[in-house]
Amino acid sequence: MAYEDIINVTELTKTFNSFTAVDHISFSVAAGEIFAFLGPNGAGKSTTINMLTTLLRPTSGKIILNGYDPVATPHKVRQSFGIVFQDPSLDEDLTAWENMDYHGILYGISKDIRTKRIEELLKIVELWDRRKDQVKKFSGGMKRRLEIARGLLHHPKILFLDEPTLGLDPQTRSLIWNYIKGLNQSEGTTIFLTTHYMEEAERVANRIAIIDHGKIIVRGTPDELKVQTGTSSLEGAFIALTGRDIRDEEPNNLEQMRMRRKIFRRHRQ
Amino acid sequence: MKVVYILWLRQLKRYFRSKARIIGSLGQPLLFFVALGFGFGPIYTRAGGGDYIQFLAPGIVTMSILFTATFSGIEVLWDRRFGFLKETLVAPVSRLQIMLGRTFGGATVAVVQGLIVFLLSVIVGFRPTNISMIPLALIYMILIAITFTALGTAIASFIEDMQGFQIIINFLIMPLFFLSGALFPLENLPKAVVIISTINPLAYGVDGLRGTLINMAHFGLTTDFLVLGCIAVFVLLAGAYLFSKIEV
Repeated sequence: MAYEDIINVTELTKTFNSFTAVDHISFSVAAGEIFAFLGPNGAGKSTTINMLTTLLRPTSGKIILNGYDPVATPHKVRQSFGIVFQDPSLDEDLTAWENMDYHGILYGISKDIRTKRIEELLKIVELWDRRKDQVKKFSGGMKRRLEIARGLLHHPKILFLDEPTLGLDPQTRSLIWNYIKGLNQSEGTTIFLTTHYMEEAERVANRIAIIDHGKIIVRGTPDELKVQTGTSSLEGAFIALTGRDIRDEEPNNLEQMRMRRKIFRRHRQ
Repeated sequence: MKVVYILWLRQLKRYFRSKARIIGSLGQPLLFFVALGFGFGPIYTRAGGGDYIQFLAPGIVTMSILFTATFSGIEVLWDRRFGFLKETLVAPVSRLQIMLGRTFGGATVAVVQGLIVFLLSVIVGFRPTNISMIPLALIYMILIAITFTALGTAIASFIEDMQGFQIIINFLIMPLFFLSGALFPLENLPKAVVIISTINPLAYGVDGLRGTLINMAHFGLTTDFLVLGCIAVFVLLAGAYLFSKIEV
């Protein structure tokens, strides 16, 4: 083997009562590669990321991330990755600078490096002039940019990006992808990303897996997927593989559990 | 340690940045002083109890700490909704540190709130009998604050919706408060009420404050300290365990 797998997933399954969000999926990500995990809304992408990042316990199956099991040694796993969540996760009462600084402290970055990187990143996402403003005064795009900058602060071994560029303009997207690619090349950071922008995935990803209805339906390089489906773009390949139906976003895990609990209670009465 | 500090600091910053929260939370204690203090004062004096404001003030200070502390658990739910909880849960720090940082932050806010209400009570006529005992009173305030912030955080760890949390907290703290001796002396009460008060942790907090501020303790200051201290440690441990089980 030329390089080692930094993420190894076997037969991973997550069910919420009767609903199977992730259904016996297996895949691996090599150290240093940019891996795109694609799929329609509600296919099981975020549930998978939540399990990889210790936020959810798998129903069954095995995950090895940077040599560690997220269920048995969550702390070791948490030292190995950084994440930009799909949903906002900033403290809106704090300033942009405080959000960055506290993140740095949580990840044990020394003050010198913290100060230097925060300035560098806030300038890249063009929020340096607004660093002393509370985040609640920011627009949606500004919050998103801050969130990405924060995720890039601690230079982890593996970086999870869950639809990082959603709602950003092309200029910002291009800047951010350049920075991420730079991080991938200079520090060998493994990137695990999901996105709905197929041209982004095609441009940056070394390998792609497409998940639908909780199952991985195809894996390969962008070129392999295009050849396999006889299409000229990744977007074409994606639609050929997952169909043309529009998916409703499944309610998130919490809402699902709550809904089911309500139904359960009603039946009991 | 730095992580506990930073999460503590965050709670304080959020508190001091919300002027509405500081001023709004003074309304209830003020109402109690006016309605109960001035309303029942004359009856209490006629029954031979002395100055009711003197008796009531430590109870109202306890009340404001109790409410601020337990309701600070709701910040876990806000953080869950606004996503910041996730940010801390995936960080390479132990859940125990996160829980301690949050709890000490919430407890500090509750103590600050208690001190503000203490000043308010001095304005409406309360006079501590022994000024030099005030630092000791602060220790009891801190113990009450830690116990009930940890309780709020523990409950918020497994309740996911805001309404549910508020109902449970109200259901829990109203009896704790009314049967703690905060509003009336525990002497000469029906036996059942006395027994309930004896197993009510808050009763020891009220008693500790009353013992230090107006030199009138029912259980005794040492008993108050030991009981409250043990309960604080127990609730902190239970809260840390429940918090470590959170899934997002």
